[in-house]
Amino acid sequence: MKPRHKRIALILGGVAALGIAAALVLNAFQSNLVFFFSPSEVLAQKAPVNKTFRVGGLVEEGSIKRQSDGLTVHFKVTDTARAIPVVYTGILPDLFKEGKGVVAQGRLGDDGVFRASEVLAKHDENYMPPDAAHAVEQAQKAQKSLKQ
Amino acid sequence: MIPELGQFALILALLLAVVQGTFPLAGAARGVREWMALAKPAAQGQFVFVAIAFGCLVWSFLQDDFSVLNVATNSNTRLPTAYKVAASWGSHEGSLLLWVLMMATWTVAVSLFSRHLPNEMVARVLGVMGLVSVGFLLFMLLTSNPFDRLFPPAPEGRDLNPLLQDPGMVIHPPMLYMGYVGFSVAFAFAIAALLGGKLDATWARWSRPWTTAAWCFLTIGIALGSWWAYYELGWGGWWFWDPVENASFLPWLIGTALIHSLAVTEKRGSFKSWTVLLAISAFSLSLLGTFLVRSGVLTSVHAFATDPKRGVFILAFLSVVIGGSLALFAWRAPKVGLGGRFDALSRESALLANNVLLAVAAGSVLLGTLYPLFLDALNLGKISVGPPYFDAVFAPIMAPLVFLMGVGPIARWKKAEVPDLVARLKWALGAAIGAGLAVPFLAGKWTPMIAFGLALAFWVFAASFVSVKERIRNFRGGLAARMAAQPRSYWGMLIAHVGVGVFIVGVTVVKGYETERDLRMDVGDTVTVGAHTFRFDGVRDVVGPNYRGARGDVTVSRDGKVIETLHPEKRIYTAQQMPMTEAAIDTGLFGDIYVSLGEPVDGGAWSVRVYAKPFVTWIWGGCFLMALGGALAISDRRYRVTARRESAVSANQAA
Repeated sequence: MKPRHKRIALILGGVAALGIAAALVLNAFQSNLVFFFSPSEVLAQKAPVNKTFRVGGLVEEGSIKRQSDGLTVHFKVTDTARAIPVVYTGILPDLFKEGKGVVAQGRLGDDGVFRASEVLAKHDENYMPPDAAHAVEQAQKAQKSLKQ
Repeated sequence: MIPELGQFALILALLLAVVQGTFPLAGAARGVREWMALAKPAAQGQFVFVAIAFGCLVWSFLQDDFSVLNVATNSNTRLPTAYKVAASWGSHEGSLLLWVLMMATWTVAVSLFSRHLPNEMVARVLGVMGLVSVGFLLFMLLTSNPFDRLFPPAPEGRDLNPLLQDPGMVIHPPMLYMGYVGFSVAFAFAIAALLGGKLDATWARWSRPWTTAAWCFLTIGIALGSWWAYYELGWGGWWFWDPVENASFLPWLIGTALIHSLAVTEKRGSFKSWTVLLAISAFSLSLLGTFLVRSGVLTSVHAFATDPKRGVFILAFLSVVIGGSLALFAWRAPKVGLGGRFDALSRESALLANNVLLAVAAGSVLLGTLYPLFLDALNLGKISVGPPYFDAVFAPIMAPLVFLMGVGPIARWKKAEVPDLVARLKWALGAAIGAGLAVPFLAGKWTPMIAFGLALAFWVFAASFVSVKERIRNFRGGLAARMAAQPRSYWGMLIAHVGVGVFIVGVTVVKGYETERDLRMDVGDTVTVGAHTFRFDGVRDVVGPNYRGARGDVTVSRDGKVIETLHPEKRIYTAQQMPMTEAAIDTGLFGDIYVSLGEPVDGGAWSVRVYAKPFVTWIWGGCFLMALGGALAISDRRYRVTARRESAVSANQAA
């Protein structure tokens, strides 16, 4: 092979490698995006069935119920307009409390109960997860426009 | 009074930074020696005033001066003294001041250790660093003043976020910032080279120790952060691909590429433009990281819009630095030249592949970090990109990189031959594959991922062994003498590479063999995890300086013999009534035992996490070895010898 051919082969090899990398990255990206929905949106059946998504809002006052195994917890996530029931098995984060912001990731069951595989509440007492804040804001906006 | 003094010192520092950022650069362009000579005194003066300002802030925290807003929101009279000091960089404003202090420290270091550099070079490097300082000081004084007063003064402070009340968090931010800011030196050297139009092996030799030093600090900083998350967040994870973590990981990836690219520029004179581009990118990503974490964009992109002053300043500053330096690069890079040629298979091409892979890895992390922010900012919906994406992308990109880590160090410069490489590395390859296949069997659980991970790690170890064996073959004397004859930069490279291997062992074994049990435990209940049996003996009340809480007693036994009692805690920090989990960890070289308390259930029972984490310390041990390798490389005598020789030459010329 002449040096020029070698160089062309090298460049082609490099471009092919980069192309494969890009395809790999974008494919992984596509299949791992997790979308966020508010409880109102979930109840309006905008959320996907059988696909993982996130739901966020406030933990409804008086809704936390623990099963006797000490690990399974039932609670409701509300955006102040509507609420959906959530069930989670495991140890909840320190700042999980009634009336505080929460984001749960998981799937919606056929019975309309959201089965969370992960519950997030953040590090700071005054901090509301941005997604949860967004859900409450949306719902309140919607209510206002209904009243008018 | 003291806070005003601090503020005044900051203003003086800004004025000096303006002098440092203008006259020396102009002087270097027009050849005015007096203007260039201003660089060093201005830099040193700026350091003094920033240090005074920082001292004033720490003093305000130590004195519990709750008339200062920053102190009132981040401290408390009952906060232990060490954490009062740490609280001074716990907030946005305070951490900016720490940033500026680090910047001034690096600048002074450059001004002290640059006697052997030509005047124009010193003037330009310090000038560029001065301009960066101007940006940060202005940002602080205009939008985020750490000395803002609160009137009327608060009777008591709101206390430091309990998560930050931890020894790891005291040293983690300074280390991380030393790393971030340290890349400004590499950046300044690159800009200086573009301005001067001269970029050669000598330039690379000047930049190398500085870049490596910054990289070492960043490595330690990231490792400390990961370790802190492991023991402080209470659920035993060590890396979450959280945007805050990614923000520090991006400059690390590009910085790693830069170190390798600089090696080629120094030894072979190649990769010149690429090196400059990497230096610019590494620092730009450091800036981006600082701002992502510190501006509140991550909490909510809309928080950014509620305080438009900060947001606009940040965007403007980022675009000036990144846009300006890229424009300069486009304009001047052709002058710098391309450098020596090399073959398709050579040490250069291995290092080029290393650079491309690291850049692709950084690109994919950047995509996963910024894309959700963009969508949110444009109101196109809310999404999150979770760990599965990063795991899926990162491992396939890193695997060939680790493979090259074995080939690169023993491949010849300029031109290597495949048969020769195969002959030299076949035993190493065989050993790696054999060990990867066999070890998981002996450990009792075999999966392709474990085998692959371990094979990669053993490949690094075996190839490093081959490299040492070949290096010392041509030297005389005993083994020790022959090893001592190798330069420190060689040992540094080797130790850092072995560190990567150790890190891979840690990650692979933890992911493959860890056991996690979340369960309800009544008093007297036992559970067996791995080889250990845990008995829950109930909880007692504890009272700390600024918290109260419950402390559990968990007795650990192995083969029927009691080894120890662990004391996980659940604390409530009184100032904010904020709950915190303190895990109890028994750390060992071959594995950790990790116990943390969930919540009280009923009748004295608690939900408890009991984890066995084999080899988890190897993760941070590997990072420590990487940093150690970097430190060894910096101490190589060739940097000092040539420095001395050059200063001798210039002294002769002067005489």
